[in-house]
Amino acid sequence: MAKIEFRNVTKSFDKTTIIENMNLTIEDGSFTVLVGPSGCGKTTLLRMIAGIGPATSGQVLMDGKDITDLEPGKRDVAMVFQNYAIYPTMTVRGNIEFGLKNRGVPKEERTRRILDVARSVGMVEYLDRKPSTLSGGQRQRIALARAMVKQPKVFLMDEPLSNLDAKLRVSMRTELIEMHRQLKTTFVYVTHDQVEAMSMADRIVLMDKGRIQQQASPETLYRDPENVFAAQFVGTPPMNILLMRNGKRLGFRPESVQLASEPSEDPFCRAGEIVTREMLGSETLYKLRMGTDTIMIKSGDDSYRMGDKLFALVPASKLFFFNEDGQRIRPGSGADMNALIRTVRGENLD
Amino acid sequence: MENLQLKRRLRNYLPKLPMDLLKIAMMLVFVFPFYWMVITSFKPYIESIQTPPTLWPVTFTFENYETIFSSSVNVWQYAQNTVVVTLSVIVLQLAIMIPAAYGFAKRNFPLKGLLFGVVLVAFMIPGQITYITTYLMFSKARLINSLWPQILPFGANAFGIFMLRQAFKQLPDEIVESARLDGAGELKIMFQIMLPMCKSSIITIAMFSFVDTWNSYFWPLVMTNSEQYRPLTMYVEKIRDVEQGLDWSLIMSANCLLVLPVLIVFIFASKKIIQAFAYNGMK
Repeated sequence: MAKIEFRNVTKSFDKTTIIENMNLTIEDGSFTVLVGPSGCGKTTLLRMIAGIGPATSGQVLMDGKDITDLEPGKRDVAMVFQNYAIYPTMTVRGNIEFGLKNRGVPKEERTRRILDVARSVGMVEYLDRKPSTLSGGQRQRIALARAMVKQPKVFLMDEPLSNLDAKLRVSMRTELIEMHRQLKTTFVYVTHDQVEAMSMADRIVLMDKGRIQQQASPETLYRDPENVFAAQFVGTPPMNILLMRNGKRLGFRPESVQLASEPSEDPFCRAGEIVTREMLGSETLYKLRMGTDTIMIKSGDDSYRMGDKLFALVPASKLFFFNEDGQRIRPGSGADMNALIRTVRGENLD
Repeated sequence: MENLQLKRRLRNYLPKLPMDLLKIAMMLVFVFPFYWMVITSFKPYIESIQTPPTLWPVTFTFENYETIFSSSVNVWQYAQNTVVVTLSVIVLQLAIMIPAAYGFAKRNFPLKGLLFGVVLVAFMIPGQITYITTYLMFSKARLINSLWPQILPFGANAFGIFMLRQAFKQLPDEIVESARLDGAGELKIMFQIMLPMCKSSIITIAMFSFVDTWNSYFWPLVMTNSEQYRPLTMYVEKIRDVEQGLDWSLIMSANCLLVLPVLIVFIFASKKIIQAFAYNGMK
């Protein structure tokens, strides 16, 4: 188990700066997910912890010890790569054993540990097979076993599920959560998939363009986003954001909207027409056009049809406000809130 | 029913027939000289020069081979030189080529681009241009008429470095990084992880070097003047050089002996060579 700290870390490739002056603490024993769109710097951060892509400046600390320039093999971390990076010419056993051999672990202990992890990932009968004879899911398990056998202080995972099919991905997700619960080790997991992040993490670090946009628990990230980016990154479909005449932005989640045939007293109450309808089973997605604006609505009621003219209603408690820069406005007093709601009601008149 | 099937198969095959005939004709063009060499080596001298020539030895004899091994010229000395030179060249080439190719493919260091450019230039310059300077160099070092000038100038194989670098480059970087995280040093990564994955390319390059060195004739001719340091190719030349005219059957026997090892190596390596050229990527 280990706590990881980034202190004023900057990473540049040639003349492009990917990460600038970043400060981040990953708590001991946590399942931290670094999430964000492609190129946001999340893998770069992970590689800094691993030591395979050292920081240009700043410090990376593990349990208070500076590991910025420590060799990858001496860091006590294990990494699972997106393409698994299994050694194709070695058997499954050889793959798992390689790291232990390099550390000089005695033979008997090696054999015991290999058998233990092989059993825990269900690969005992495949130990003498070559990876090329195994399926994607099995290769993934070897990669996990190879990481687990080293009993590292930190597990690093770089989109380890993205090469698996949808069904397997869901079952591996639960297995990883289970694995974290059993090992109680620090997990740092990189993904661009918000569903993966939300379902696995106990702490999410949301990144964009090399900056941390918000770090919080999945619940907080969903219920209390700091900015428009966070609000729109989490949730499917993302939060509806509408530009108000005063330049500020109004946001609400598709699942917070109620559809009704009559207007109501709710602060957000606008008429519109359903332009698309996607039936997903337990819920239905509607796209509602209201003049120049379009919003998404997620509803349990599948009775509406395309072309229906309805009112979209959102209660005050479900409204979010953002300033011109996209940062969240948290009304300090009831009066502030009333002013904002008045603006929203004003917009309704259009 | 069967008749119909046969007809259908024939109809499907007919368009391919001209191509197949062409392939057979091409094969004959390549195989015939080889066949001629082998059968001539088993003919007595008189039969080898008679007209019209025989397509199969009328009198089948091993006499030519016996002559080679019992003659006063020590064929074993020539063979030994060829083997020593060929093996040394291959070992030296691998020792230089593998780390160089690995460095160019997977490591970053100052002037990497420039240095690789130098390798490419060496690959592009025709060997003939360097003959005189290399000769003068060895002459100054007093190494002429030994095995050294047959080995040392061929120690670095620019084509091999280029080809192996391509093979290394195709391997995902994550494998190297994963090995580093597993605590492996560069030598271990190179020899235990990368090399087994590029076996085909290495065997192919070694094979080309083997054939090149085994068959080299001009360079040893320039660099040596005594039997003691000359290779097998020059033995063939030596038995040609007799007063009573050319004994073709004897020459062909010597040629057979010369190409036999190359043939054996080719048979064993052919699959790997095809793999190296038809690289299908890592899954």
